[in-house]
Amino acid sequence: MQKKLQVEAIEQGSVIDHIPARQGVKILKFFKFTQTNEKITIGLNLATHNGKGKDLIKIENTFFNDQQANQLALFAPNATINQIKDFKVVNKFKVQLPSSFIDVLACPNSNCISHNEPVKSRFYVQQKKKLKLKCHYCEKSFIRSTFDELD
Amino acid sequence: MTNPLYQKNIISIADLSRSDLELILQTAESLKKTPQPTLLNNKVVASCFFEASTRTRLSFETAVQRLGGSIIGFDSGGNTSLAQKGETLADSVKVISSYADAFFMRHPQEGAARLASEFTSVPVINGGDGSNQHPTQTLLDLFTIYETQSRLDNLNIAFVGDLKYGRTVHSLAQALSLFNCNFYFISPEALAMPDYIIEELNERNITFSLHNSIEEVVDELDILYMTRVQKERFDETEYQHMKSAFLLNAAMLNNVRDNLKVLHPLPRIDEIDYDVDETPYAYYFQQAQNGIFARQALLALLLTNHFQANA
Repeated sequence: MQKKLQVEAIEQGSVIDHIPARQGVKILKFFKFTQTNEKITIGLNLATHNGKGKDLIKIENTFFNDQQANQLALFAPNATINQIKDFKVVNKFKVQLPSSFIDVLACPNSNCISHNEPVKSRFYVQQKKKLKLKCHYCEKSFIRSTFDELD
Repeated sequence: MTNPLYQKNIISIADLSRSDLELILQTAESLKKTPQPTLLNNKVVASCFFEASTRTRLSFETAVQRLGGSIIGFDSGGNTSLAQKGETLADSVKVISSYADAFFMRHPQEGAARLASEFTSVPVINGGDGSNQHPTQTLLDLFTIYETQSRLDNLNIAFVGDLKYGRTVHSLAQALSLFNCNFYFISPEALAMPDYIIEELNERNITFSLHNSIEEVVDELDILYMTRVQKERFDETEYQHMKSAFLLNAAMLNNVRDNLKVLHPLPRIDEIDYDVDETPYAYYFQQAQNGIFARQALLALLLTNHFQANA
């Protein structure tokens, strides 16, 4: 049987690949891609060699700056971003986990002062392998899955 | 020479280096020996307790007054416009600190002191932020250990009681890990030292061991740091069964080292029998008094550029 491309090619824009399954929709929401008029193609639960599946996002006329690319690491630490021009990949890079995240996540500690004050939340990466972040304010550390993203 | 703590904030014990800690302890020792009743003349210190804490507040305010400074402030958050009018802590701190030369605060929420330090131009001293940090307690504990043992390195130190929820023991263990001490953790299993402290100690190659009773190790110790096992964390039968392993009385001190000192952040309930008070090992009341000198040392270093300790 002839193999088919799982997702249609784009002329110009970005392809985010190697997103763990079930993170794709969160990424769309986080980057507010749900509010853009650009054409977006997403693939969910696509087949992978390890059988765990992956998500994939293609978005036209949109390119990620370094800060945005690094924020992707919160959802997809092994993601790659392909920059496409004239249907060709002109640049391909892996996301890098930054040393801190500012104004991206809400502190899981409900008694942390950062919730009700005019400050931006700030977390330092304490452990990369199983991502663990330490709050700049309350100094408590949490694993990634305990966080909610800020609206 | 400019002291490295001049105009700095004291928010978390982890912000202080070993040399910072040594400078504070030497300064506390000097101020205990040689009082400086005019050092803070014309300085106004804000003492803001958004949550009540009698002991810490009185100790801090005594420290200010014995150095000749004056105090403004409040002793509970309920009377402030923050509570009554919904003002943010950031705004409250900005205004109050514009009246004062330093800002000492306690607050029920974690991170409050760190946040306050970002909205002031004067030094902030954290007097306790929720369950997070209480660095001046740690400094008075360190000063007491230093005073009684003449050093902080290579001591055998046992922590007893509620090691899970007690921020005092967490911060003290973290600070002492800079001095290569040997730790003994004595607690019910349900109240053992949290993993993150154990991980930090492992990263620093600190030796420690876990024990079920004080008597297992008491004869090897230089410092026995007692805290209370809270009855309400157990059911009655369980509590009655295990509590005796974490209570101290004078008979248990028959074969201890001469230099042993028993410390406790206070208040005690029944974890140290009153008969221990009469032994030469009891040092918890002097420890509480040392809070004044540790806090004086911070004020002296934060507010005077060229203060020289005469230890």
